[in-house]
Formats: sequence, C-alpha cells, structure tokens
Amino acid sequence: MELDPLLLSRIQFAFVVSFHAIFPVFTIGLAAYIAYLEGRLYRTGDKIYEQISLFWTKIFAVVFGMGVVSGLVMSFQFGTNWSNFSYATANFLGPVLSYEVITAFFLEAAFLGVLLFGRGKVPQGAHLFAALMVSLGTFLSSFWILVANSWMQTPAGFELQEGVFRITDWAAAIFNPSFVPRFFHMGLASLLTAGFVVAGVSAWYLARGRAREMNRKALSMAMWMLLFAAPAQLLMGDYHGLNTFEHQPTKVAAMEGHWETKQGAPLLLFAIPDSENETNHFEVGIPHLASLILTHEWNGTVHGVTEAPKAERPPVGITFWAFRIMVGLGTLMILFALWGLWTRMRGNLDRDRTFLRGLSWFIPAPFVAVVAGWFTTETGRAPWLVYGEMTQAQGLTPSLTGGMALTTLIGYIAVYAVVFTAGVYYVTRIVRAGPDAEEHVEEPQHAKRPLSASDTPFDNDALGAKN
Amino acid sequence: MFDLTVIWAVIVAFGIFMYVLLDGFDLGVGILFPFAPGETSRDYMMNSVAPVWDGNETWLVLGGTGLLGAFPLVYSVYLPALYLGVFLMLAGLIFRGVAFEFRFKAGRSKGLWNRAFFLGSAVAAFAQGAVVGAYIQGFETAGLTYAGGALDWLTPFTVLTGVGLVLGYALLGATWLILKTEGETQAWAYRLAPRLLAGVVAVFVAVSLVTPLIDPRAFERWFEISWLWLLPLGAGLAILKLWQSLRKGYEGQPFLATMAIFVFTYAGLLMSKWPYVVPPDHTIWDAASSPNAQLFLILGVLFVIPVIIAYSAWTYWVFRGKVSLEEGYH
Repeated sequence: MELDPLLLSRIQFAFVVSFHAIFPVFTIGLAAYIAYLEGRLYRTGDKIYEQISLFWTKIFAVVFGMGVVSGLVMSFQFGTNWSNFSYATANFLGPVLSYEVITAFFLEAAFLGVLLFGRGKVPQGAHLFAALMVSLGTFLSSFWILVANSWMQTPAGFELQEGVFRITDWAAAIFNPSFVPRFFHMGLASLLTAGFVVAGVSAWYLARGRAREMNRKALSMAMWMLLFAAPAQLLMGDYHGLNTFEHQPTKVAAMEGHWETKQGAPLLLFAIPDSENETNHFEVGIPHLASLILTHEWNGTVHGVTEAPKAERPPVGITFWAFRIMVGLGTLMILFALWGLWTRMRGNLDRDRTFLRGLSWFIPAPFVAVVAGWFTTETGRAPWLVYGEMTQAQGLTPSLTGGMALTTLIGYIAVYAVVFTAGVYYVTRIVRAGPDAEEHVEEPQHAKRPLSASDTPFDNDALGAKN
Repeated sequence: MFDLTVIWAVIVAFGIFMYVLLDGFDLGVGILFPFAPGETSRDYMMNSVAPVWDGNETWLVLGGTGLLGAFPLVYSVYLPALYLGVFLMLAGLIFRGVAFEFRFKAGRSKGLWNRAFFLGSAVAAFAQGAVVGAYIQGFETAGLTYAGGALDWLTPFTVLTGVGLVLGYALLGATWLILKTEGETQAWAYRLAPRLLAGVVAVFVAVSLVTPLIDPRAFERWFEISWLWLLPLGAGLAILKLWQSLRKGYEGQPFLATMAIFVFTYAGLLMSKWPYVVPPDHTIWDAASSPNAQLFLILGVLFVIPVIIAYSAWTYWVFRGKVSLEEGYH
C-alpha cells in the first residue's frame, strides 16, 4: 500500500491539535473561575472561597504545564508538514501566532507566579489582580489562536501576489467574518468544560462525604453558572451555525447530511452518509426543521453537498457525526443543568446520589464535545486549508514522503501517550489526595513554576524517600 | 534609512543565541546527569536549574514563531529539511520537561525519570548541533521550497557538529555546576571540565578545517575581511582563560569564559554566512516576510523582549548563590 503523506499529515495534525486543545480549553475556563473565586474572597473575606481556589489552582497549574508542553509541538508542526501553507500565509499567521506566544509568555512571566505562590506574600488586592490578569491572558491567548483559525475559514483583508497572501487591511483580517461567533462559541465551551469538571469533581467528593462544606459551595456555584452557560451555548451555536451557513454553505450541508439542495429541508437525527452514491442510508429526520433553523422560514432553501464539485466536498460522514456528538452532548449539558436546578429546589443538590454520580461520570463529556466541535469545523472545510484559496494538497510540504509522515505520527503518539498518562495520573492523585490533604509550608525561595504548586507525591514512595 | 529586515535579523539572531546560552547550560546539566557521583549530587544538579529552565526554553518558542513571522522562508525550508531532526529535538525536550516535573515528586520511579532527563537532554542537544552543521552545509532548494531528501541533513559533518554541541553544552553545564554547587558535586565538575574542554577544542578545530571544503564562499570571506580573525582569536583567548581559571579553582570565571567561547564561535559562524540565511541561495532579504507584517510584529516583540530579560534577570537574582537541597525546590 502506498503511504499518502497528505492523509498522514492530516491525521497527525488532527491528533496533535486535538490532544493539545483539551488542556487550554479547560484552563481558560478554570482561570476565569479562579479569578471569580478570588474576587468573592476579596469582597466577602469568606475563607471558603480561598479553600476552593487553593485546590483548583493546583489543578490549574498542572494542566497549564501540560498545555505548554504539548503546545511546543504545535509551533513547529506548520513548518514540518505544511511548509507551502506556512510560507504562503506567514505574513498573517506569523505575526498572529507570535502574538499568541508573546501574550502567553507575558502572562506566565508576570502573573502566574504571583497567582500560584504569592498568596499571603503579596497584598490580597495584588493577588486578586494577578488572578484577573491570568484569566485575561488565557482569553487573549485563545483570541489570537481563533483569529488564525477563523481567518483560514473565512479569509479577509488580503491580496494574493505570486501565491503569497499579503495583508492589505489588518483589522479586516483579524476581525474576519467568522471570528466573533467562533470566539464566543469557544469561550462558552471553556466555561462549560471547567464548570462540568468542577461540578463533577465536587460531586465525587460529596458522594464520598469528603470536605462537604467546601464542595457543596463549589458544586452550587458551578451549577448556577452552568444553568446560564449551557443554554447560552445553544444560542451561540445557532448564531455560529448561521454564520457558517452564510460563508461555508457546503460545510453546513455536510453537517446536516443534505446531498441535494432542498426547500423545506428536514433535520436529520440519524443517517449513514454514503459519499460514493451521494445519499444517506437509514435516514430519520424531522421535516422542515433544518430549513426553519437555518433560514428561519418553513420552506427556506438549504444547499446540498452536491452543489460543490466532487473535488471540493468534505468527508460528509465525519462532519455529520462529529456535529451530532457535539450537539448531543450539548443537549445533555442543558439537561444536567436543569436537573441540578430541580435537585436544588428540592433541597438535596449535595445529597442526591444519582445526580452526584452522574455528574462525576460526565467529566469527560465536555472535552469530547469540544474535540467533536473542532472535528466538525475542520473536517467540514476540507479540502480547503485557506477556504476557497488554498487546498490541503497545495499546502503540504513538497518534500514530505509517506514514510516520514508515518514515522513522526507514530512518534508523536508515543510521546504524547507518555506525557498524557503521567499527567492524568498525577492530576488524579491530586484529586484523590483532595483539598483536605495536608499542606507543606512554602519556602520563601520556592521555584516559581507551575507543577511546583502541588505537593502531592507522584508515587507512593516519594514521601518516604524524602525522609 | 534603517532596514527592518536587518533589524529583524539582529533580533532573531539574538533570540537564538539567548536560547543556546541559557538552555545550553541546563541541557548540559542533563547530559552530565548519569555521570554524577551520586543521587544527592543529582538532586543538587536538578535544583540548580529547576527555577530557570522553562524560562530558558521560552526563547525557543519565541524564536520559532518569530522566524515564521519575519523570515518565513527559513521556517518553510529548515523544518521540512530537518524533519526527523526536529521531531527528535521536540521529543527530547518534552521528555526532559516531563522528567523535570515528575522526578521531584517521584520515589520508586526516580531512576526512570533520571534516564528520561538524560536521554531527552542529549538527543535535543545533538539535534540542535546537527542544525548548525546543516546550516553550514546549505539546503537544496527548488525556487522557494526544499527539494532535498529526508536524511540529507544527517552527514558525517552534521554528526560532528551534533557531538560538538553536546560537548559544548556539557561544558556549559559543568562550569555552571562549578558556580552553583559545592563539595563533592563541585569537585566532580572541576575534574570533568578540562576533559570536556579538550573535546570541544578538538571538534572546534575539526569543524574549522572541514568547513572550507564544504562551503568555499565562507572560506573566501575569511580572507576578504581581515578583522574576522579577531573572532577565533577571541575564542582562543577565552579557551585559555577557561583553562587557567579551572586550574586556579575560580568559581565564577569558568562559566563566564565558556559563555565567551560560545559568543565568539556564534559570531564567527554568522559572519561567515552573512547575509545568507538559507544557504547557498537565499539571503535574509529573500527570506523576509512583507514589510507591514514585520512592522506589525516588531511592536509586540520590542515590548516583550525587555520584559523577558527583566523577568529572567530577576529570577536569576532571586536564586543566586549556591544551590541547597532544603530551601530550593521539592
């Protein structure tokens, strides 16, 4: 079998970026939560906020560190596998990605240390300020990344000269047509991810009766936030979908599994798309609903995949199912938020064991939803790398062979397997040790680095070995 | 009129050099790890770089995206050409970073993290040295894309430069340990440094002899511009200074002298290539991004570089003096 460097590079990029994305999507939301906790602490002086913040700051530090490590690969990946794309788009993506690095570094250098190690050593107001700046920094970081991605989806503000994109209008390029919905959709996704993790972990402790007072508070706060954020995401997703419908109709057609352009198109709940024969098998749908959602008209026209020439169609199956996984999980999130409201009104938010168990089992769900969402938007714009301007095949490194791409694909999977296993194992240990774990007294000259924020040992012998 | 592209060349050259110097000594400490006299020594060694290593690596990420922004041709030729080397370097740096974090918290699994720390450091250092060799060799391009094979970068010459940089980083690491440690560890570093220096000088001479054969243009340049010879002269003086200070048992001077060797060597390397940045065909102006992109980015970079320097300086100041096990890093 001939190894296809294009397919292998796509798989490699999808693997690396999916793996990387789960860390920042969590830390962005968690940083906002920590900033909010610090704000409450500052205003009320209630120590319970400090307790919650202390615990989650430790988790934040580890996950942030893993995000930095996995992100290192990202900044070289464009050049190794997509050198033609890098060269053509460098005038825009170079500065934009550099600004992301600058933002992230500035945040780490100036404020992360104060947030992690400054408690009690700097004035409380300064500590709160550091927490706010870390939160702002993580959002700014995602701002630049989403600018880069949105520009590739809906390029603007440029002219092509000899195959190279030159920026003629920076504002138009940065605030390109799909940026605003994408940014807010992703921002809400971060809040939902952090919210469900905090809720799930707090529920896990409550189900075991550990640190009840603190976890009751944390769960309650998370559930209030989710009650607003989960339905808000539904509206934001709709807004984002309409934006895509306007700028990338073929993507929406693939998401909806529509092959032919139709008036009064149905919303498909289930189908097995068949790209070969341009049809679906086992289709189950609600009549007219897709037209209603996308055009807000009963008989509105919805484009089909076949409007695009065969060479310009995305893989419909992946796009269709990834979209359904995301929407399905999003719906479950709303139901969980409502279930929380119902148990709260009955006064047993922290005691309903089915609810608490369910929440802790739900922890992976927001991560899956985020990755599925990215699969939808990234697969759905195939074969374009820069929509309508440059295809994936054109962007590929010309000298890349299938063997090289396969070697590094296997290599990155191996490297990340080790990093991920170690990281998840360690986060699990911190959680098991719990917020009730004994704290060592910090030395004044403690190294200011993310993972040193936690004192939990990596394995059982570690404390013994120290003595 | 000032030329933005030249300013960018200076910024990127500076950034890469900061990376080489700073990550150099902490990679060097990793390379020396298995040869340390004992586990306590290893604790000291790791504590001596723990507070600063990840700040050091920031320069690499900044350099990578800075190249994409200011000299995209360098980015889009070097990375495909060095494809497997880049992978090895990244894998090495990642393993090393993870080992760093978890060794402190490990008991039973400490041996495993020790090995990961050594291997990651050595592989990353070797790959970076091979990049230097590949830069001297030049890259086969067709127009603006890399046209060579997957392993063109791996030649006896680049293996030599790879080994050279491993030795050079080890020397930086050893002199750093002389500065930062006492007792057993320091005595060991004193014994090791002259041997490493001998190795570095041997590679240095070999590379200098082979380079004219590989790159005749550089050879001619050295006879056109006579003041260039001041650079190897400076390197030679720094080598002598290092030798002396090691014999006299000074603590700070060996590290400074080793840094001076790196400064002169790096400057000599750049001067023999200037202004070619993707040798043999493309200069910095061929490789540059459009002026408005360079301008847009320079605003942020000129703001953040002083911040990074100030922050790094502050970190080094806080952790100045001899490293200890108690009040350092757990």
